[in-house]
Amino acid sequence: MPRFIRQCLKALACAPFMALPALADEVTSFTLDNGMDVVVIEDHRAPVVVHMVWYRAGAADEPPGKSGIAHFTEHLMFKGTEAFPGGAFGDIVEANGGSDNAFTSWDYTGYFQRVAADRLALMMEMESDRMTGLTLTDEDVLPERNVVLEERNQRTENSPGALFGEQRLAAQYLNHPYSIPIIGWKSEIESLNREDALAFYRAKYAPNNAILVVAGDVEPQEVKALADTYYGGIPANPDLAPRARPQEPPQLAERRIAFSDPRVSQPYVSRSYLAPERDPGDQETSAALVYLAAILGGEGATSVLGEKLEFEQKSAIYSAAFYDGTRLDDTTFNLIVVPAEGVGLQVIEDAMDAVIADFMETGIDEELFESLKMQLRASAIYEKDSIQGLARKYGEALTSGLTVQDVQAWPDVLQAVTREDVMAAAEMIFDRNKAVTGWLQRAESVEVTQ
Amino acid sequence: MIRFALTAAFAALVALPVQADVDIQEITSPGGITAWLVEAPEIPIVSLELRFKGGASLDAPGKTGAINLMAGLLEEGAGDLDARGFAKARDAMAASFSFDVSRDAMSVSAQFLTETQDAAVDLLHMALVDPKFEDAALERVRSQVMSSLRSDLKDPDTIAARAFRELAFPDHPYGLPTEGTLETVEALTRDDLLSAKARVMARDRLVVSAVGDIDAETLGALLDKLVDGLPETGAPMPQDVIYDLAGGVQVVPFDTPQSVAIFGQRGIKRDDPDFFAAFILNSVVGAGGLTSRLMEEVREKRGLTYGVYSYLASFDHAEIIMGQVASANDRVAEAVDVIRAEWAKAASKGLSAEELERAKTYLTGAYPLRFDGNGRIANILAGMQLDGLGLDYIATRNDKVRAVTLEDVNRVAAELLDPENLFFVVVGQPEGLESTN
Repeated sequence: MPRFIRQCLKALACAPFMALPALADEVTSFTLDNGMDVVVIEDHRAPVVVHMVWYRAGAADEPPGKSGIAHFTEHLMFKGTEAFPGGAFGDIVEANGGSDNAFTSWDYTGYFQRVAADRLALMMEMESDRMTGLTLTDEDVLPERNVVLEERNQRTENSPGALFGEQRLAAQYLNHPYSIPIIGWKSEIESLNREDALAFYRAKYAPNNAILVVAGDVEPQEVKALADTYYGGIPANPDLAPRARPQEPPQLAERRIAFSDPRVSQPYVSRSYLAPERDPGDQETSAALVYLAAILGGEGATSVLGEKLEFEQKSAIYSAAFYDGTRLDDTTFNLIVVPAEGVGLQVIEDAMDAVIADFMETGIDEELFESLKMQLRASAIYEKDSIQGLARKYGEALTSGLTVQDVQAWPDVLQAVTREDVMAAAEMIFDRNKAVTGWLQRAESVEVTQ
Repeated sequence: MIRFALTAAFAALVALPVQADVDIQEITSPGGITAWLVEAPEIPIVSLELRFKGGASLDAPGKTGAINLMAGLLEEGAGDLDARGFAKARDAMAASFSFDVSRDAMSVSAQFLTETQDAAVDLLHMALVDPKFEDAALERVRSQVMSSLRSDLKDPDTIAARAFRELAFPDHPYGLPTEGTLETVEALTRDDLLSAKARVMARDRLVVSAVGDIDAETLGALLDKLVDGLPETGAPMPQDVIYDLAGGVQVVPFDTPQSVAIFGQRGIKRDDPDFFAAFILNSVVGAGGLTSRLMEEVREKRGLTYGVYSYLASFDHAEIIMGQVASANDRVAEAVDVIRAEWAKAASKGLSAEELERAKTYLTGAYPLRFDGNGRIANILAGMQLDGLGLDYIATRNDKVRAVTLEDVNRVAAELLDPENLFFVVVGQPEGLESTN
């Protein structure tokens, strides 16, 4: 065995001895006069720039009954303006060797291009133009609605796991619109129209509801000048409504769902608990939950669930825990366990709960905890290899109510977490009255709960 | 018409595209391992990529899936560490390793901090030369693979891909699933895994690339440690095989709302003098984002799909042009008709001068943008070596794109595109489509 490794294992914790350099993100941020936030991330390794505009508008900001309108609007943003009609936007990006795309989530809609750094001004000219200049006809809207229905077919209707996930979220949130699928319920997508899209667009697409993220081979002063030129002239929307979504009432009753589909070949159990998200200046609990997920169900060979269920009992072939705290409102902490052949869902659910109960008694292995701490520090170094990843990190955080300072404080907040913090977070999170337990099962052999 | 006029207007603003500035050193270690290195000291990490040519195609007869299962077990116990000991050692230094198998290569990808490079390479070395394949680990990983295989049997994308390759290559390893079948994986033994490893993980088929905070001398010494103990030779490479499916449709009934169609016809070799003409042709007809002809006709105009694309599948031992589309059961027949019509149109009329210029501008402009990030560059360099490309390829590739003339591309369109022999596998309950034989 290599000497270094043996020392690590013997010392139980080699992490504190590794002096990792602290590489700060080279980030500059400012706000234009019309309220548009700007984040510049410098990376001069390659003559490339990623240009992103993020709107603080996603599927959880839709009017009731119009599920899918945020995502549909994202599709329609490629249909042209007076200045750049039809598919001119994409054609021009392509003619410049660039690539472009867009994405929608519950808390944001984002648009991006990857181009040579000297084409940044042209991207800004076009992206700022479509912030307010979108023109839509029924000839654009109706075929695109069919495209979205096919997208839903591909992502969801053809996948029992995705259908199960939709049902689980709908059961998780009693009142908050995180309960609706980003792409929309099929019956509501079918009736979305041009007026719905334009109403959403006019209400949400404005500089005071947007964040510009530019990452790559650029200088902040140059980005500031270009942003003033192209985005600075767009007036703020004085009627922009605050993002006041219906919030969750106290969750007082456990929920259970069972979904059966003949296309399921591998049944499994999922459990999701309502959980706090990262809040500005208040990220400590969320940081503790990052550790809790890694400890319970990160790497299969060393996590608590993996060790007990996959290695010792051999009752599961896969187990995981995951948590995404970058959300505007209450998020979820998730567990999933896939039983071994011949092990029933009730049996594996009970085994999972027994492992958690045991964990609450015995606490956290110090070696594992220090190793995770080291890995989190290292991940801050590895992530610098992708400018697109860095740009996304800031865009997601800023559309989720966080600030640049919160993003930059996050690695230190993670390093400050103690094992006691993690156990306290676990005590708070594991409340079955705030949880949804789901069984995904084969239709032909519905299991009976004892 | 407006879009073309505008494009022309903007093309005038387009200066010569940036040149990719990637300084590749070809190094040879003291022990004789050749590697491509790009030194990138900005971030204290190293990305290392190994490829063993042959991949899953080197599975012994009747042992389909052995190489895939073997690769899945390399980290599950090696040297004097069991699976958990290995994971702990790897995680304690925040290194990551991954192993992947495709039909032409087995990939080993490693990322580690420069500071822990010696220990990381020692650990990876154990996985490469001294994996234990012990019973407990074998049964655990086998059950994961079997579960995944059972899921594949109910996944329309995978059903379509498998059906296509079985029909395309009935008597060649390319026709067999990389991951094996329930029957073959169930029967694999520890001896089969040892044999699978010896067949594919040999020095005579290894290519290496590294990008990061490391110099040539250090890399050479690390590589010698890393491959110490690997056998010199492995199994012979598979034979070349001709794809010659006649045109038609094969429907695979499956109860799901959206049909998945995979289509194909004979392709072109990577080293064919006409490869770049074919590459440009395909980029106009079916590759890329929203702007290809297929996307325009099938998605943008008719709303028949979320995505449709085609690509040159130039494998080491066979060539196909392949594509995929997914449409609701009552609309997939129309999607298939539109694809056939576009294929016929491209074969008979070729591209316009405008389309050729647009494609060249895009392809030459986009190429240098690929090289941003150590991990990305290391992957590209490994792929270049597998394709037998030279060190000067990055510098000369755009010239090869620019050199393609309209006569070239339209001659290739007429010779290569074969609408009569376009073959579709359709998985679902497609209305108005039936198997042709």
